[in-house]
Amino acid sequence: MALHDAKLTLNSNSHASSEHSSDTSHGDVKSYVIGFILSVVLTVIPFTLVMNGDFSKVTTIWSVVTLGLVQIWVHLKYFLHLNFVTEEGRANTFSFLFSALIIFMVVGLSVWIIYESNAMMMY
Amino acid sequence: MSTIATSSAASMPQAHAHEEHHENNTVFGFWLYLMTDCLLFASFFATYAVLFMNTAGGVSGKDIFELNFVAVETAALLLSSITFGFAMICAHRQNKSGALAWLAVTWALGACFIGMEVYEFHHLIEHGNGPQQSAFLTAFFSLVGLHGLHVTAGLIWMTIMFIEITRRGLGEQTVTRLSCLSLFWHFLDIVWICVFTVVYLMGAM
Repeated sequence: MALHDAKLTLNSNSHASSEHSSDTSHGDVKSYVIGFILSVVLTVIPFTLVMNGDFSKVTTIWSVVTLGLVQIWVHLKYFLHLNFVTEEGRANTFSFLFSALIIFMVVGLSVWIIYESNAMMMY
Repeated sequence: MSTIATSSAASMPQAHAHEEHHENNTVFGFWLYLMTDCLLFASFFATYAVLFMNTAGGVSGKDIFELNFVAVETAALLLSSITFGFAMICAHRQNKSGALAWLAVTWALGACFIGMEVYEFHHLIEHGNGPQQSAFLTAFFSLVGLHGLHVTAGLIWMTIMFIEITRRGLGEQTVTRLSCLSLFWHFLDIVWICVFTVVYLMGAM
């Protein structure tokens, strides 16, 4: 009986959240406009930094990478509507975080290994 | 929370709830495909990061990248993201002409982007900087070309969706397909952020 109740709650929860997510999964005009304005700002700044070359190379690289990461977050939030609130948003977010981990390992470790090997060969 | 959930589920017809769930599964399945596509791009990025200094005595990024040109490409792709967002909003409101108009604008912006990329590639190859010249150029052409191929596939898909909406209107299945294309298109814009940051901006320093 308790099991049956739990199952019923689970089902009704998933229905309710799927109904709820259909309201939020495609966003509204406001969220797209905010995302767009933020993206424009986050694109113009790095291009200006590199084109003017006012700062040292290390500062510029770190700023450009940081701004790129922030812009990716903006796109995920405002255009792809990733979130931790709805069931659908959570599933998407966690599968994305898993991919991000793999990407970090593939790219980060490749770069690390090859650069170290180049350094060892005094290349 | 649970009482609200139960009552709203009870008020919803069972068949409709089932279809909603089915749609979510389709979109989620497509999202998982995009995550595997991420890994494909990641391996191309890793290759580029490892090889970009190996110019074999030829040109480096500093010599061939035109940031003004890339800025316009970026603007076209970013604008196409928001116009696709508007197309989706129109589609969810069953506004057929609005959805078609915004889709056409998105398509035109995407086509501008691809046109510029083809011009850039052609220009490079014409000046003897083709993909066979050095490991750097091979990695550059593969990475940027892979993104370009994805955008081209998106444009073909968009053309098909345009025809489908014109003929069948905005049925539930059509809107689901449009949602998948929307994820694909926004995803490509995210990949482009990585491309212009890692390849063009860091290469032109």
